[in-house]
Amino acid sequence: MTAAAGGEIVQFDNVGLRYESSREVLSDVSFTLYPGSFYFLTGASGAGKTSLLRLLYLAQRPSRGVVRMFGTDTITLPRDRLPLLRRRLGVVFQDFRLVPHLSAFDNVALPLRVAGVAESELAQPVRDMLEWVGLADRMAARPATLSGGEQQRVAIARAVIGRPQLLVADEPTGNVDPEMAVKLLRLFEAMNRLGTTVVVATHDAHLLRQVPDSLIMRLDRGRLSDPTGALRYPPRRAVGPL
Amino acid sequence: MDEPDSFATQRRLSEPAGPTGPEDNAGTDRRRWSRQERAQAQIVPQERLQGPIPWVIAIMVGLMVIAAAGALALRNTGRAATSDLAGGITVQIVEARPEVRARLAERAALVLREQPGVSDVELVPQGELDALVEPWLGQDAPEIEDSAGGSAYAGLPVPALIDARLAGPADPARLAALRAVLQREVPAARVDAQSTWLTPVFGAIESLTWLALALIVLLGLATGAAVLLAARTALGNNRGTIEIVHLLGGTDAQIAQIFQRSTAIDAAGGSIAGFAAAWIVVVLLGRTFGALQAGLVTGGALGWSDWAVLALIPVGAVALATLTARWTVMRALKGML
Repeated sequence: MTAAAGGEIVQFDNVGLRYESSREVLSDVSFTLYPGSFYFLTGASGAGKTSLLRLLYLAQRPSRGVVRMFGTDTITLPRDRLPLLRRRLGVVFQDFRLVPHLSAFDNVALPLRVAGVAESELAQPVRDMLEWVGLADRMAARPATLSGGEQQRVAIARAVIGRPQLLVADEPTGNVDPEMAVKLLRLFEAMNRLGTTVVVATHDAHLLRQVPDSLIMRLDRGRLSDPTGALRYPPRRAVGPL
Repeated sequence: MDEPDSFATQRRLSEPAGPTGPEDNAGTDRRRWSRQERAQAQIVPQERLQGPIPWVIAIMVGLMVIAAAGALALRNTGRAATSDLAGGITVQIVEARPEVRARLAERAALVLREQPGVSDVELVPQGELDALVEPWLGQDAPEIEDSAGGSAYAGLPVPALIDARLAGPADPARLAALRAVLQREVPAARVDAQSTWLTPVFGAIESLTWLALALIVLLGLATGAAVLLAARTALGNNRGTIEIVHLLGGTDAQIAQIFQRSTAIDAAGGSIAGFAAAWIVVVLLGRTFGALQAGLVTGGALGWSDWAVLALIPVGAVALATLTARWTVMRALKGML
């Protein structure tokens, strides 16, 4: 599968996370994500998947350990440098987190606007992206008027519009029918072929079988297991254009 | 599934790509913001001129302008009076017998005119003195027994007055020198600086001026506090949106800019309304006091420079509100990773 030609995208080393004084929700988590790889993060509810993803999309700093992203130590990185790293990420939140007063178009355009892309340059990509996820006729609709599946597709379009180097998705197919779930997975695969490293958190075993080349990370009560050994010894695969 | 048409050619946000590349973004956020301000400001719902803040600021600015106008009018009154009275002296000739008093007054005026640095020596006419005391004594003053000669004469023995002006401030040393000279020639003469009579008035004016300034400061603080509370409320109401923008790579400055802009527009609207209302009040009050035709009061009229100072208040209020909003938002954002 993936060759670590471009270095590690993400490196966790003995990472632990606890919220305030509670027990650790993640313990001794160590793994490396390589460019162009496709990972599934699995585990039962409460296993710590969302917490691990929060660390991945820089919403949280770990209580201990080392987290390096794109070659940068995020623990010691000054806070004002984090936005630049975040702009290299795409995130699909479990609860979508669409901005309620913005249209589908403006929600998808948000990462581009935040990154300072000119209005004249963002209109066409946003339209294409919404068309790609089957929402060409819903561009002006606000989230409240969209179905759960439509909101999820807007959230995915927003996550991938900036062609992130790392795409993190938390249960991205939880609210769509099986047909749309497979379609969205194909979208992630297309992103992956373009060189984006993809991490999809899911407990849907059917989904895992849809991407045969994927690597699996399993979380069990805050501890990461490597059932296939693929995290320690990733198979080689040609990396798509970055 | 194929990628969208423009997707393959679309540049990554994370790719360095010349002046518009993302690595350049942090340094050029401010410049780009100005180009896309309108679109990006919509990230947070804009409820301009609908919340309480414009009205709070309008009231605060109105009160500040009225207080400042009062302070400036008092300052002008004090300055005008000080200017009128600076160097002015009054010599009283305290003598009961009118003929002697008149003769001594003439003599004292003559002595004063001979003194260096003394000008505008004027013996106040008896008719003018009578007019001054008439409101208190009436026109028919009682007859007074002349104890020396046994003859009677009409009216109270009102001292003769001489107004004069010194070519400098009527300080104690100069007053003492004049008293010494007059004492030799006219022992009945008493010399006083005119400003001495109004010292308590000047003290009161100064106190009122400081009181007005203190009111302005307090109102400014209250305005800042109101904006702070409003910004916190807005932050709370939009916390979810702010977190999203934050996680999408929005900088603190970008998010703060959204709130700053919104607050600045609210504050500008409120300030203009407050200033306009205060202007009407001040003009009407000015006309009312001007109609009194009293010298001390009319000296407090506001000039163009005063209005220019008053116009700075709404400008300052907008700046204060904007900076307060920025500080509040930046401080709250520091709590996020």
